[in-house]
Amino acid sequence: MTILVIAEHDGKSIKSGTLNTLGAARKIGGEIHVLIAGADCRDAAAEAAARIPGVAKVLIADDPALAHGLAENLAPVVVNLAKDYGHVLAPASSFGKNLLPRVAALLDVQQISDISGVEAPDTFVRPIYAGNAIATVRSTDPIKVITVRTTAFDPVPADGGTAPIEATAAQGSAGLSEFVSAEISQSERPELTSARVVVSGGRGLGSAENFKILEGVADKLGAAIGASRAAVDAGYVPNDYQVGQTGKVVAPELYVAVGISGAIQHLAGMKDSKVIVAINKDEEAPIFQVADYGIVGDLFTIVPELEAELAKVL
Amino acid sequence: MKILVPVKRVIDFNVKVRVKADGTGVDLANVKMSMNPFDEIAVEAAVRLKEAGTATEVVAVSCGPAQAQETIRTALAMGADRGLHVPVEGELQPLAVAKLLKAIVAEENPALVIMGKQAIDDDCNQTGQMLAALLGWPQGTFASKLAVESDAILVTREVDGGLETVKLRLPAVVTTDLRLNEPRYASLPNIMKAKKKPIDSRTPEALGVDVTPRLETIKVAEPPKRQGGVKVGSVAELVDKLKNEARVI
Ligand SMILES: Cc1cc2nc3c(=O)[nH]c(=O)nc-3n(C[C@H](O)[C@H](O)[C@H](O)COP(=O)(O)OP(=O)(O)OC[C@H]3O[C@@H](n4cnc5c(N)ncnc54)[C@H](O)[C@@H]3O)c2cc1C
Ligand SMILES: Nc1ncnc2c1ncn2[C@@H]1O[C@H](COP(=O)(O)O)[C@@H](O)[C@H]1O
Repeated sequence: MTILVIAEHDGKSIKSGTLNTLGAARKIGGEIHVLIAGADCRDAAAEAAARIPGVAKVLIADDPALAHGLAENLAPVVVNLAKDYGHVLAPASSFGKNLLPRVAALLDVQQISDISGVEAPDTFVRPIYAGNAIATVRSTDPIKVITVRTTAFDPVPADGGTAPIEATAAQGSAGLSEFVSAEISQSERPELTSARVVVSGGRGLGSAENFKILEGVADKLGAAIGASRAAVDAGYVPNDYQVGQTGKVVAPELYVAVGISGAIQHLAGMKDSKVIVAINKDEEAPIFQVADYGIVGDLFTIVPELEAELAKVL
Repeated sequence: MKILVPVKRVIDFNVKVRVKADGTGVDLANVKMSMNPFDEIAVEAAVRLKEAGTATEVVAVSCGPAQAQETIRTALAMGADRGLHVPVEGELQPLAVAKLLKAIVAEENPALVIMGKQAIDDDCNQTGQMLAALLGWPQGTFASKLAVESDAILVTREVDGGLETVKLRLPAVVTTDLRLNEPRYASLPNIMKAKKKPIDSRTPEALGVDVTPRLETIKVAEPPKRQGGVKVGSVAELVDKLKNEARVI
C-alpha cells in the first residue's frame, strides 16, 4: 500500500503543514510518495521534498497552469496518479480543502476531512460539531482521500533523506479558471498555524488601532497574532488571523486570549493548545473554563503591564 | 441567469451539542435546528444578485428529512423564488449530496450555484468542490466577494495567507465564507409570502442517485475535557507561573 502526499509549497520551500501531513502518513504506514505540483518547482521545492526522510519518491508536475494551485488544473493531475495509491493525503489548509474534495469526487470517493487521528489504515478520528464530538469513521472506498488536521500530528524532520525525483505528466489548463491577483498579508511573525506562541485578540480590543497593543507582547514572546471572528468581522485585522471552527486551527505551547469571550466556534480552533491564558474583564466569560491561567481585568491596563513584566524576565 | 442555492438543515449554532450516551452520534431530539449559517450567506448573496438585476431566479434546494422543507421556507422568506426538496431519511454524506445536486443542475440549468463552504454539523467542507468536479465546472471556494461579468465571475477567496481573486468561466460553483455579506432577517410579510411559494420534490430514485454512505461511523465520543485552571491575582504572578510552573516562556 503506497501513500501519496500532496505537498503545499511556494515554489521554493515546503510549507510546514506538509511535514505534519507526512507525520499522519507515517501513522497509516506504507511507502510514501510526495507530489510537488506547480510552475518552476523543479529545483527548490522538489529538492526540499527529496530531503525529507522517509519519502520514497518525489513526483513533480511542472506546468505554468499549476502556478497558483488552481484546483481545476491540479485535480486531474492527482486523479491520474491516484489509481496507483491506497491513500491520498493533503493538509487541511485552504489549499488542501479546496483541492482534495475535487479529487475525491472525480475518483468517486467520500473524502475524510480534517483527521486528528489514525486508528487503522481505513479508520480515522475526526472532530465534528466544532470539536464538540469526536467521530471514528471507517472508509469503505478503495482509495482513501484524506485532509489532515496538521496540529494533531507531529511533523517529520525536514532533512536527512535522499529520495529520487521523477517527473509526472501535467495536463495543462482546463480552461475553466484563471488566477487574477492575491493580497497576501506580510508579516515578520511566525506562521499562525505552526507558531510556538499565539496571542489572539477579540472584540474587546475595540478597534484596529487598539489591536496593535498586542504587538508588544507578541514581540516579547516571538508569537504569531490571531483573532476571533468578531475582531475580523469588525475589520480590526485581516481574515487570515481568524482562529476557530471555520478559521485556522492552532495548538501552540502557549495561547493568550485577550478580550475574547470563548464561544464554542473559537474554542474549536484553540482548545488543544498546551497552556491557555485568558485576559478578560468579565469573570464569567466561558474562556476561563478552558484557561489554565485567567486574569480578570481591563485588557488596556493588563496588556501593557504584561509587556513590561515579560521584559523583566525574558 | 438562474441561481441554485443548496441549503442544509443543521443544529443551531448556539445549541450546546451533547454526545449520546451510547456513542452512536449526537442528541438531536428536541434541539433547535436552523439553516446552516454559511447557507444563509449563500441565500443572501443570490437574493442580492437578483435585486441587482443580475439574476432572474433563485431556487433553494435541500436534501434531507421532511423538516428540511422548513429550511427551504426560510430561504423563500429571505427572497428565493421557489424550492426543491429531495427527501432522504438517514445519513447523507457530501459525495451523495453532490450527486443529487448534479442531477438537479441537469434539470434546472443554473448559471451559478452558490452554497456554504462548510456545514457546521459534519464540518466536512467538501460538497461544493465535489459538485464542481462532477459537473466539470470551476469552483470559487471560501468567497468573500463576488463580481459577475457577462460570461464569468470574479471571486475573491479567503485563503490562509490573505485574499486571492480568481476569474471563473460560467457556469460555476461558489462557496461562501463569513465575510461575503450579512444575511438579512426575513420580515413577517415575507415569511407570510413564502408560504405561498412552491416547493417541488424529487426523490433520489427519480434523480438516479445512490445515497448509501461510504463512511461508516464506528463511534462518536465526547472530546477530552479540559480542566479549567486558576485565576491569578496579578500580572507578575501570571508571568511567574508561565515561567516557573508551566515553563512555556
Ligand atoms: C458559522 C459560524 C462560524 C463561526 N466561526 C468562528 C471562528 O472560526 N472563530 C471565532 O472566533 N468565532 C467564530 N464564530 C463566532 C463566535 O460565535 C463568536 O461570535 C465570536 O467568537 C466572538 O468573538 P469575541 O469573543 O471576540 O467577541 P465577544 O463574544 O463579543 O467577546 C468579547 C469579550 O471581550 C471582553 N472585553 C471587552 N472589553 C474588554 C476589556 N476592556 N478588557 C478585557 N476584556 C474585555 C468581554 O468581556 C467579552 O468576553 C462563528 C460563528 C458562526 C455562526
Ligand atoms: N443535505 C444537504 N442539502 C442541501 N445542501 C447541502 C446538504 N449538505 C450540504 N449541503 C451544502 O454543502 C455545503 C457544504 O457542506 P459540507 O461539505 O457538508 O461541509 C453546505 O453549506 C450546503 O450549502
